[in-house]
Amino acid sequence: MGYLGQPLARLEDARLTSGQGRFIDDLRPLPNLHHAAILRSPYAHARIRSIRCDQALALPGVRAVVTGADAARWLKPFPVGVKVAAPYYPIAVDKVRYAGEPVAVVVADSRYTAEDALASIVVEYEPLPVVVDPELALSPEAPRLHEGLDSNLVHQRTFSYGDAARAFTEADVVIRHRFTFPKVHATPLETYGVIAHYQSSEDTYTVWSNFHGPFTLHSVMAAALQVPGNRLRVLVPQDVGGSYGNKSGVYPYMVLMAVVSRLAKVPVKWVEDRQEHLLASSTGTDRVTWIEAGFRRDGTLTGLRMRYIDNVGAYLRAPEPACLYRMHAALTGPYRVRDVEVEALAVVTNKCPTGLIRGYGGPQHCFPLERVMQMAAQELGLDAAEVVRRNLIRACEFPYTTPSGGVYDSGDYEQALARALERIDYAGWRQRQAEARAAGRYLGIGLACVVEPSGSNMGYIALAQTPAERERGLPKSGCAEAASVTVDPTGSVCVRFSTVPTGQGHETVAAQVVADALGIAPAAVRVITGMDSWTQPWTVASGSYSSRFAPIGANAVYRAAHQVREKLLQMAAHALGVPADALELRGGYAQVREQPDRRVSLQRLAGMAHWHPAGLPAGMEPGVSATAFFNLPTAQAPAADDTVNGSVTYGFVADAVLVEVDPETGRVQVLDYVTVHDAGRLLNPLLAEGQIRGGLACGLGQALYEELVYDATGQLLTGSFMDYLCPTSAELPPVQLDHIESPSPLTPLGAKGLGEGNVMSAPAALANAVADALEPLHVVIDKLPLTPAAVWQAIQAAKQRQPVEERVG
Amino acid sequence: MKPSSFDYYRPDNLEEALAALAEHGSDGKVLAGGQSLVPMLNMRLSAPACLIDINGLTELNYLRWSEGWLHIGALTRQRVLELDPHVRQRFPLLAEALPWIGHVQTRNRGTVGGSVVHADPTAELPLCLQALAGVAVLTSAQGQREVPLDSFFLTYMTTDLGPDELLTEVKVPIPATHQGWAFVEFSQRRGDFALVDVACLLQTDHHGRMTDVRLLVGGVDGVPLPLAEAEQLLTGECWGASLQAELQQLVAASVEPEADVHGSAEYKRHLAGVMACRAVQQAYRRAQDRRGVACNT
Amino acid sequence: MQHVGADARVRVNLCVNGESHAVWVEPRTLLCDALRDACGLTGTHVGCEHGVCGACTVLLDGVAVRSCLLFAVQASGAEVWTVEGLADLPQGPALQQAFHEHHALQCGFCTPGVLMSAAELLARNPEVPEEEVVDVLSGHLCRCTGYTSIVQAVQSAAATVRESRGGDTVEPRNSV
Repeated sequence: MGYLGQPLARLEDARLTSGQGRFIDDLRPLPNLHHAAILRSPYAHARIRSIRCDQALALPGVRAVVTGADAARWLKPFPVGVKVAAPYYPIAVDKVRYAGEPVAVVVADSRYTAEDALASIVVEYEPLPVVVDPELALSPEAPRLHEGLDSNLVHQRTFSYGDAARAFTEADVVIRHRFTFPKVHATPLETYGVIAHYQSSEDTYTVWSNFHGPFTLHSVMAAALQVPGNRLRVLVPQDVGGSYGNKSGVYPYMVLMAVVSRLAKVPVKWVEDRQEHLLASSTGTDRVTWIEAGFRRDGTLTGLRMRYIDNVGAYLRAPEPACLYRMHAALTGPYRVRDVEVEALAVVTNKCPTGLIRGYGGPQHCFPLERVMQMAAQELGLDAAEVVRRNLIRACEFPYTTPSGGVYDSGDYEQALARALERIDYAGWRQRQAEARAAGRYLGIGLACVVEPSGSNMGYIALAQTPAERERGLPKSGCAEAASVTVDPTGSVCVRFSTVPTGQGHETVAAQVVADALGIAPAAVRVITGMDSWTQPWTVASGSYSSRFAPIGANAVYRAAHQVREKLLQMAAHALGVPADALELRGGYAQVREQPDRRVSLQRLAGMAHWHPAGLPAGMEPGVSATAFFNLPTAQAPAADDTVNGSVTYGFVADAVLVEVDPETGRVQVLDYVTVHDAGRLLNPLLAEGQIRGGLACGLGQALYEELVYDATGQLLTGSFMDYLCPTSAELPPVQLDHIESPSPLTPLGAKGLGEGNVMSAPAALANAVADALEPLHVVIDKLPLTPAAVWQAIQAAKQRQPVEERVG
Repeated sequence: MKPSSFDYYRPDNLEEALAALAEHGSDGKVLAGGQSLVPMLNMRLSAPACLIDINGLTELNYLRWSEGWLHIGALTRQRVLELDPHVRQRFPLLAEALPWIGHVQTRNRGTVGGSVVHADPTAELPLCLQALAGVAVLTSAQGQREVPLDSFFLTYMTTDLGPDELLTEVKVPIPATHQGWAFVEFSQRRGDFALVDVACLLQTDHHGRMTDVRLLVGGVDGVPLPLAEAEQLLTGECWGASLQAELQQLVAASVEPEADVHGSAEYKRHLAGVMACRAVQQAYRRAQDRRGVACNT
Repeated sequence: MQHVGADARVRVNLCVNGESHAVWVEPRTLLCDALRDACGLTGTHVGCEHGVCGACTVLLDGVAVRSCLLFAVQASGAEVWTVEGLADLPQGPALQQAFHEHHALQCGFCTPGVLMSAAELLARNPEVPEEEVVDVLSGHLCRCTGYTSIVQAVQSAAATVRESRGGDTVEPRNSV
């Protein structure tokens, strides 16, 4: 039995439990390092009349002050996937468009001094009217953010698959509802950090940062800095303190500090503080969804129409508007419905710009979809679990092609749902719920079934362009990841890859993969994480996002390891005088399978490859090293009919949750939570469980606690950890985990991603549970988070809607 | 998020501290546990010219029992008060409230005096110490005065403490052993600031009627709010459903909370009524239990 | 009375993990910054600088405190213990091993603070019930793990500490 599939504890842990990790703020890579602090706009929308820096510059220890006008001389606006005349720089040039937008940067001998100097910069603003609501922003009277545009609508596309009009005529019941999903934050415990150095002799920018890709953004940064890629060297330290998508959004600050270093003529370090992070890093996308769902009397979903309005904040910033399209291939979720129409809009408002976040686009999509499944059950007088089950794709239908082009590679959705219902004792709780209601208690059961895409196909982002626009440009497809495996002259093994982990345990799993391939122990494999764009193999798709390590990154390691394995076997065959296929690698030796005492050590083979190339089989290159780029042919560019297979593997999550609601206070108590995953083959069950529990905690936070709340003037009201409420250990409910395994047939390892599914499912499942609990009160649940105040408000609203007699009855 | 510069004074004893306050009190701040002050300094919401660090004043770190009073030295760490077995026994209201203050890691450092002087209207200690008829002992180079907490808290984060004065002690009368008590708090997460918190103390007579009712609510006003009308309503009554409904309405009508990001004014007003009822019910039960009376509520 | 002017620097003798560090700081220098920058002990992480996230938690004279809410000058004369010295505490290796075995860390950024709080907890009471573990850990934000594995790890380490103490306490009893 191999190491893969074993619950191996992590190789990363020892350094991290002894204070020996190396995070961005721990690095001092250059002498004369100076420290930056950023002056940020107090206004959400204002014209910058003037900036005076002389007083700040006069302070002892201050080296430079850089304004937007200074920086813009060395910059072009960041490119973005769709053509829109809303130029985005990493610092405000003439106008600020969200509270917290950078206005000036101070460079000083310490962070303390730099912060002191911020108060001495005098900025004269002309405040402008503000809009923060995406629907209001669409009105013709709304304040306009960008002068080059005639409205705040920066993107709009419609899609139609099958015949939705006919599907709705066939429906017995149509559920129409408007849902809103809040703006939330991933809040990794480590904030952004950048160390930038401009070397004038080489005209080269070197930037260390806790950036994890996607490395498409390397091209975006190079374009903004107006240099070829090889004059922007990006380095990522070994350890990154969490991201959940958020740290892809550090790229504007990497560019900003690169230019600041150029202007200040010293290497510059900037570590974001927590207030800056909540105010102005990168957030999830708040979305308004208008959904229509047609059902037959028996609960069969006949058709779907959705209108998405994504609030991308003040600028359409790459990779947005991709939030609209991440789930596009899985628009219909786990359901068999074939007729679907979507209208996708992106709107700019005076809020912090948005970007990647765990589950990107998924929570926004699953919340309305899963809610209407339950609303339909209620409307039709059917059991919610039965309505869901009736519509699930059957196990015999895989691989299943969705109307929008997704190719679900494997699964058994009915079994996963059945397992979830059984584990939570669904039937039993339905009974107890009835008894509790009779006793004046409000128990509810919520379900959510979610298709979890992993391993994004870069092509999906191109859906933001029309087929005609795509026709004109370079097609985009693929999901490639790179890895290299090297055996040094002592026979020890090093592995490098470009997935840039942020805590997921890639080192450990890569070591498991290589150990199995080469017949050595995982602890003997040195896995080098971090990133250096100058010295490592990488592609545009590289990075830590869309759960792509299990379906793609690990397979790149597998390929490279197996190329090394092949070479070692060839050498051993030559040395031992047996055919290679009679050999195995085990315990640090290449040995004859039937005759293990005929063997040669890896150390000797490696020594031969390095010290004695003349002794190698004829034609064989010296050294033992392989680099593999792994891609899947199913990651195709979008077709002319706007279908796209947006990801390469698709897992499944079935959640069942039990809550009790206190109608007096609005408090939701989670009594039990069951989540059943199908993520294909589990590479390391211990790490898989960690990913699931972590994702679920984020989903729970979005469901019950977390929201970036802005007032009408665009001020963020939840700008500290005292007001932006991340769940703590005391808020986490008991969670039961279970797995079924339907390996992906597409990859050698058969694994799929699993860390994002519960961010998609938990908000929907909990909303369904609360709605179910409060059904006797006719409470409508269509927004999140379900804070006590919000739930109480929803109860009051229901009371006001209901005629008095009915309330009494 | 780095604090502005400040002059740092670290007196070694009370006399030095009072001298420093006399000289710098108006443009400085006293640094005790720092669990509320330092975040404000780091965020530069406060930038005093000097800090007078009283952590060297070991003479203010004490719990003393005398003639019907508990004397709590201002520098007593909240965690010390929480873990003290005698406090638990004689002041069950404090024992119930203390774990709600922040987290263990902040209570390890945060002081009783600091919390009282900070006067956050949602804070647990000011509310409970006022409910217990605590008295602030204020000392300056000029002498000492005692101010009942009922009149010490003036408005939001503002007290009667003069710029040259130091809160050196809070003294609290030891309550009757048969008193019923309850501290209830509604916050979103463990350790968060309260949306509403309520402290209740009462006794019951042999008919189960309430006497000596003390009912205060936090989070709905600039100061911990004594609910005199509600106390009157309850006095002489037995706890029951109709009284509960009346109390809930009365409390909701007596408070004027301000909306914030965690709840509307309407919600907090409602919550004050609900929490007050829960507190009274709990305190009533306990009073009856202590009298050895079976309680059916 | 000690007085340091706002723009002055003062030499502070910090005793960290049993070693003495003489460092020059301003009065306003936060203890977490002094540990990281002046002492070179970057294991203590800074996550929020307003006392909520707990990443910077260290032991000050044996109790867990936020090092972002203390000035370095205040730690003069005190004994500071950070994650770099954890292995030298009696309960340290058990905690490190339990966190490893239970996968109680992912990115590892919050971990040093969590470990130091747990170290105080186990020193005070290795008989700690689960509710108290949860309560102490509620003073730390972790966005990776969902906390369950951390709670389990602390309980597991507590069991190890109990066992080892059990061994210790047998002898004195016999000798009495």
